[in-house]
Amino acid sequence: MTGHYRFAHAARMEWIKLRSLRSTWWTLAVTVAAAAAIAVAVGVNTEDATADLTNNALAGISVGLLLTGILGVLTATSEHSSGTIRSTLAAIPNRPLVLAAKAAVFGAVALVAGEAASFVAFFAGRAALPAGVAGPALGQPGVLRAVALGGAGYCLIGLLGLGLGAVVRHTPVAVGLLVGGVYVVAQLGAALAPVLMPYLPIAIVANSLTVVQAGMAIGDVRFLSPWAGLGALAAYAALALAAGAWLLAERDA
Amino acid sequence: MRRKTPTREMGGSPVPGGGRGSYRHPMIEVRELSKRYGATIAVDRLSFDARPGAVTGFLGPNGAGKSTTMRMLLGLDEPDSGQALIGGRRYRELPWPLREVGALLEARAFHPGRSARDHLAALAAANGIPRPRVEEVLGLVGLEAVAGRRAGTLSLGMGQRLGIAAALLGDPGVLLLDEPVNGLDPEGIRWMRTLLRSLAAEGRVVLVSSHLIGEMALTAERLVVVARGRLLAQTSVVELSARSASLEEAFLELTADAVEFRAR
Repeated sequence: MTGHYRFAHAARMEWIKLRSLRSTWWTLAVTVAAAAAIAVAVGVNTEDATADLTNNALAGISVGLLLTGILGVLTATSEHSSGTIRSTLAAIPNRPLVLAAKAAVFGAVALVAGEAASFVAFFAGRAALPAGVAGPALGQPGVLRAVALGGAGYCLIGLLGLGLGAVVRHTPVAVGLLVGGVYVVAQLGAALAPVLMPYLPIAIVANSLTVVQAGMAIGDVRFLSPWAGLGALAAYAALALAAGAWLLAERDA
Repeated sequence: MRRKTPTREMGGSPVPGGGRGSYRHPMIEVRELSKRYGATIAVDRLSFDARPGAVTGFLGPNGAGKSTTMRMLLGLDEPDSGQALIGGRRYRELPWPLREVGALLEARAFHPGRSARDHLAALAAANGIPRPRVEEVLGLVGLEAVAGRRAGTLSLGMGQRLGIAAALLGDPGVLLLDEPVNGLDPEGIRWMRTLLRSLAAEGRVVLVSSHLIGEMALTAERLVVVARGRLLAQTSVVELSARSASLEEAFLELTADAVEFRAR
């Protein structure tokens, strides 16, 4: 047989590996369900009709995206803990190609699931609003953007997890770094150096991506615009993946 | 469990386009290979060959550097110096690695949550191997009945069979098997022995590592004996046996200086 294995072969392998684990599907199902459940809880308890009701409906994303993040971590680390990585690299010795295919396939799946979670949350949250409170509509300025970027937030945090998993290879350490980086650092950052707040992943998701009015501010802190936030989050994920690809190529498997 | 004899099945359907007739019969060549982990020298200027048509036993006490050498042949570990070549090329230069080299590295190189069938399907997709070949190799190793079960529920012996199935997936001309009889029951050991010999008889290169001299005496024709990362002998089973009262005796004499703990 002529030719050479290519990206498409690596991607097909990664797709079969991802879809053939039950944990993939129930993690994504729980992600969607959690987003909807939190949206309903927030919607039912809405009192201030002038608040950003879209942002309220998407409140569950901040919690639920940890699941996609951990799924991203596991997609990388479980290969090392199970030994599958040796089968994978024996089939595709070009290691950066393996991680690129993994990122493309996992990223696509996480994006679809993330958009599903975000849109389901939006409609569920709106449906749960008390009578008399006018719900937001996708046609209103900024609403569709907020919902769509909310879905992208899941995907980018997932890819950040994948990159971290490729860098540290051990599940508990990578999950610790992800949770620490996304949640704990955000709390510390807010307390110690408010100026950093707009750049922290969780703040980007909650206060940049999912807001209808771009550039919201709390006190002195002005958050990134939705698109700048998306760029920053994508840059974090890209940085983690690039480091992961470099280390995967450098280290013995 | 129903087991099929390898000889009956192996002639079956080779991978389309990569058929039996087109084998170049590549050789395994290890040249002055060295690898160090921290202060430990795992492999020390090791050189040997493995040729087509014979089972080459890669024999040595635990910690002799056999697995490390196998990993370097597969491009998983990077040598500090020297070369590990398959048909004159480094593993990572192979265009379709699984069609040229099949490897069984250790008991478990698969995810416990994934079925044997999906594990093999993923590997087949990676190297453009037709999907029906997955069912073929599952039949070949006698795993059809459990192919849909999560691999974590398989016994150690079944796990080894899955590893063999993965190694045979691309119908490769070169097989690298690290301690393949580990965890097999006597029937499984005999099955493995018959399989390895028939694979070699078909003109493949078969390199099998083991620390079990008795098993190698029954399976291999050629022997590469190593200890502490160094080559002690490259010989045949017949030649080595002739050196002493028995093959075991000859092996123990050869490796006497290299073994750290031996009961007196």
